[in-house]
Amino acid sequence: MTARTAGIGVLALAGFALLAFVPRLGNPYYLALAISLLQYTVLATAWGMFSGPTRYVSLATTAFFGVGAYTVAVLGEILPWPLVLLIAAVLGAIVAAIVGLSTLRLSGVYFVIFTFGLTELIRQLVVWFEVNKSRVLGRYVFVDITQADIYWQLLALTAAVFLLGWLIARSRLGFALRVIGEDETVAKHCGIDTTFAKVALFTISATVMTLVGAIMAPRWTYIEPSIAFNSMISFQVLIMALLGGAHRLWGPVLGAVPLTLLFELLSARFPNTFTIILGCIFLLIVYMLPRGVAGLFEKLAATPGGKTTQRVAA
Amino acid sequence: MTNAILNGLMLGGMYALIAMGLTLQYGVARIMNLSYGEFLIAAAFASHWLFTGWAISPFAGLALIVPSAFVLNFAIYKILLTPLVRRAPNRDALEVDSILATFGLTFVIQGSMLALFGGAYFSYSFLAFPVQFLGETVAANRLAALGITILLGLALYLALTRTRAGTAVRAVAVDPFAAQLVAINVPQASALTFALGGALVAAAGVLVSTFLTFSASSGVVFTMKALIVVVMGGVGNMLGCLVAGLALGLSEALVASYVDPGLTLAVNFALFLAVLLVKPAGLFGRATR
Repeated sequence: MTARTAGIGVLALAGFALLAFVPRLGNPYYLALAISLLQYTVLATAWGMFSGPTRYVSLATTAFFGVGAYTVAVLGEILPWPLVLLIAAVLGAIVAAIVGLSTLRLSGVYFVIFTFGLTELIRQLVVWFEVNKSRVLGRYVFVDITQADIYWQLLALTAAVFLLGWLIARSRLGFALRVIGEDETVAKHCGIDTTFAKVALFTISATVMTLVGAIMAPRWTYIEPSIAFNSMISFQVLIMALLGGAHRLWGPVLGAVPLTLLFELLSARFPNTFTIILGCIFLLIVYMLPRGVAGLFEKLAATPGGKTTQRVAA
Repeated sequence: MTNAILNGLMLGGMYALIAMGLTLQYGVARIMNLSYGEFLIAAAFASHWLFTGWAISPFAGLALIVPSAFVLNFAIYKILLTPLVRRAPNRDALEVDSILATFGLTFVIQGSMLALFGGAYFSYSFLAFPVQFLGETVAANRLAALGITILLGLALYLALTRTRAGTAVRAVAVDPFAAQLVAINVPQASALTFALGGALVAAAGVLVSTFLTFSASSGVVFTMKALIVVVMGGVGNMLGCLVAGLALGLSEALVASYVDPGLTLAVNFALFLAVLLVKPAGLFGRATR
């Protein structure tokens, strides 16, 4: 088993090393596509890290993404880049901790409602602040970050997210979350501090989303609240994670890669009816693949034919 | 001051009406409907189309739109949501599934309306003249909408408390499993209640369209406010709905006129959180544990 884990680790490292050379291809379209792929991979994986094991549906991806993007818009030109990223991450963590502490103590519905409104709430607060206090609505981002830099940063973040997810799954925290997902009452009776576990993981996942927003911000040269807080991101990330299967760490990738490519194609081909198509795809996934592609694989592996191949592989 | 309070009460009455349908859908049919506000906007568009295209008054339009909404929502429950109800092993699983399904539905409906009407804001002028009410000047359409809201609320309250069918609905809300033991057809009652909730939100949409501007993408805000009112008042509780709706409307109107109109949503959420921290089951909800 350890040999197998090490093998997967080496393979993953080699894969990431190979992926690092994509900007060297010199084709701006591929680079842009690769950035989108990585962006959604990280967002969907981060979403699945919290919502997968706990089964609390979070609709607030955009809120954190926007907090990150807007932090860059405000501070990007004043402070050095690593410091900006750090501040964005801290801000995202604080917002997540506040939301988590106030709603995750209660049942799941309150959390859903709150995350449903969180994007709109933060956007309204930002607009209010910009109009009344700083008196600018919409900011320009002039930072010295190229597309290739964005790509490498996202790649590093992807690697970090997978490592983090793997470590959490092996830790007491990950085990506690799986128990909570199965039955929260039982978890409480086992002496698990359910609130702490949920808030901690929600904060970690939200911090990653915030970082994605911050890293992606230099891609737009102009940012205003309606760009940074675009609710489509929440929706797309949710679809991807569900298609892939959020209960596995590697599940959301299986959804993020094909759907990013599909959305790229659809939004160019059918700009007016894109939302409708998106909604239909989503409904199909909810009805046909409730446990995602990862669940499908597991089902296949559980059939007798699949089991023998697995044994051969091991 | 009187004006702000009067405005708040009218706004609150509207919120209460909007939330009544959702409290039925969530409290009885156990469907957490995130596409709720989209049905409101769809009804508003229908009313706009009837009024500008066919010169049919919104109040006459109610007689057309509300029954169609009832049938449409009944069909949605039977076709789209019944498979989820059958599949779900328990209430929590149904909640998650219904949240996801109706979230997808939101985008289908919103996308359809965007494709049909575009992203512009719509409004029409109906009963748009000032009248004197309690010594303050208010718009006639708002007052008329408030009157119809009160009538609808009273009718619903009486139907739920005084009729046999209403009693059955309340029994399902209390315990869907035990309700079967006293010969209540729970799937049928759930479907009809879901449809009734859809009819109510359509009525709210028609009334809202007479005095508010709306666009294809403004449904989300109504969904959010309805959710907040429902949870704040206690799920499935009509009186809680009314009180929470009025509280939300009043606080919003006071903040808009004395602090800043840009902070109304923040006040909504602050109020919501404050209630939940003190009474997690809502103002009139019974504790589940």
